[in-house]
Amino acid sequence: MDFALLRDAFWGLTFDGLALGAIYALISLGYTLVYGVLRLINFAHSEVFMIGTFASLVASGIMGVKVEDDPRTGWKMVLTLLVCLLFSMAASAITAVLVEIVAYRRLRQRGATKLATLISAIGVSISLVELFRIITDSLPREFPRIMDKTFLFSYAGADIRNDKVIVIVAAGVMMFALERFISKSRYGKGIRAVSMDETTATLMGVNINRVITVTFLAGGLMAGAAAFFYILTYENTSFKVGFFLGISAFTAAVLGGIGNLKGALFGGFMLGILETYTSAVFGTAWKAVISFSILVLVLLIKPTGLFGESIQQARV
Amino acid sequence: MADKKHKFNLRDHAADFWDASPRWRKVSLSFLFIAICYALPFLNNPLINTPGSDFQSVLFYPVGMYVLMAIGLNIVVGKSGLLDLGYVAFFAIGAYTMAILGTKTSLNFWEILPIGMGFAMLAGVLLGTPTLRLRGDYLAIVTLGFGEIVRIVAVNTDAIGGPRGIAGIPTPPDIFNAKFTILDPKPYYWLLLTFTLLMIWVVRRMAARRPGRAWDAIRQDDDVAQLMGVNTLKYKVWAFVLGAAVAGVGGVIYASQILSIVPDQFNLNVSILILACVVFGGIGNVWGVILGAALLAFTPERIRFLSQPRILVFGVALVVMMNLRPDGVLPKKKREHFDPDWHTIEESGEGEIK
Repeated sequence: MDFALLRDAFWGLTFDGLALGAIYALISLGYTLVYGVLRLINFAHSEVFMIGTFASLVASGIMGVKVEDDPRTGWKMVLTLLVCLLFSMAASAITAVLVEIVAYRRLRQRGATKLATLISAIGVSISLVELFRIITDSLPREFPRIMDKTFLFSYAGADIRNDKVIVIVAAGVMMFALERFISKSRYGKGIRAVSMDETTATLMGVNINRVITVTFLAGGLMAGAAAFFYILTYENTSFKVGFFLGISAFTAAVLGGIGNLKGALFGGFMLGILETYTSAVFGTAWKAVISFSILVLVLLIKPTGLFGESIQQARV
Repeated sequence: MADKKHKFNLRDHAADFWDASPRWRKVSLSFLFIAICYALPFLNNPLINTPGSDFQSVLFYPVGMYVLMAIGLNIVVGKSGLLDLGYVAFFAIGAYTMAILGTKTSLNFWEILPIGMGFAMLAGVLLGTPTLRLRGDYLAIVTLGFGEIVRIVAVNTDAIGGPRGIAGIPTPPDIFNAKFTILDPKPYYWLLLTFTLLMIWVVRRMAARRPGRAWDAIRQDDDVAQLMGVNTLKYKVWAFVLGAAVAGVGGVIYASQILSIVPDQFNLNVSILILACVVFGGIGNVWGVILGAALLAFTPERIRFLSQPRILVFGVALVVMMNLRPDGVLPKKKREHFDPDWHTIEESGEGEIK
């Protein structure tokens, strides 16, 4: 127990928590979108994220960045960052759409039970993890430092590091774009309609297959962005990365009320900050215990999460 | 519905054959089945042998252990429709009870067995009473969290060995002429099989009585069950506790055979695998669950010659099988004499977790 550390470094921890929370929030948006439309936990979503981190790695290789190189500067750096981000998003989105086709589509059309679909998704998840374990020889991979990490300024004793600022700002932009997409676009309306009532939406001429594909696509794009931000901040990845991040992100989604976009955002940031605080006070070993205990407490008081479960009134 | 009835269905035929059999045939077939199960370690058929690992050990763990745990989890997930993703926690509690009491006190295996079961049941009550009010996916995440918490607590508590776990767990004392040693997994397998048969009997009895009907009602519609006067929370906790007891017994036996345990043996993957056994075999049907568990536990060992990609093959097989047979290999028998007006209930996926 080290409350002094929490008191002294409060703002610094809060800032780190926000950066971690932004990554959680982006991943949990994928869980929440799929849950809102299909009422299913997408167990393979953590692997969508994992593939995104490896895609960033591949993209950095294509751009010719090496681990031993000095960080890049100027336009070259911006270009490299953007290419990695887009590559990661594209890879994750394609994976998510493929996961839907392989694990979900046939079962959904046959009207299979939720559990059968869950096991099918778990099968895909196991396969992807194993595939990457074999490819990477069970070893973690290091990500080269693309940008120089410097402290921009200090606020109340907290040093604000540039890469975390980028993560928070860029995650905010992504979430704003997703909110616009869900509330204004044609497919966004389709997603909301299907999440309200699948049968009626079909009767009204919504192409349900396409809407579901778009849902997975949007979730995959967010997970891909999260993957890039993760690897930019922590600079390494392994085949196991999806497991830990996935559990946390899913917890975040449930905390906020799964199926609810605002809930996923709030839950992500809240969990990120909470985990950072509890790691400081109790040590990192206990952070999962504390966050689960908080989740249980929240669910006992509000059984459908902090914001309840509905994607219909999606407002960020 | 009508065309489904005329389709040839091995399971229904077997069930009809069983129902139509006279008592002597039922008894002799049961004895034959049980005898084959007990004689399995002596079978040396190249078809079912496991190159790369000792067949008799494989029969004990994972096959026997998965079958026992799948029967326990089937009470929770299959019979009462509660999605439990932290089932391994009760297994861990049983194993740790055996490890701690076996190394720190002079109690022997037979004395620890009921204690381990009791602790697992107590954990079931403590976890179940507050959380079983939650529904479906929320219950799933809470139980998942519980499973992880038990593992993390074991890793971080130095008094019980921390990440290194506990070694030197005593073997059970000999009974009849069976000697429990590390070298010979056969007695352990027989012990496990005896418990499994006992559990099958208990579950079948329970399912035919009031708790079984209450679980059916809860699975089909929680609200209606409550309206009809079923004390839903009580029977949910009962299902949970019974499931926990089975896993606790499994844990005690496992620890006494493996002799040393580490917390990382009890990770989320075990819970998920056991759940996969239940769903893969045919949720709710105890024979399907047994078949599913035996297949899922046995396949990775059988294809050990593939070494590296064997888990990958396992994952792909899981997806393919679920797509081909979404109700499992041996699904539960659908009620045949039903009122035509109840079609919708039959077809909206009875036994589905809501």
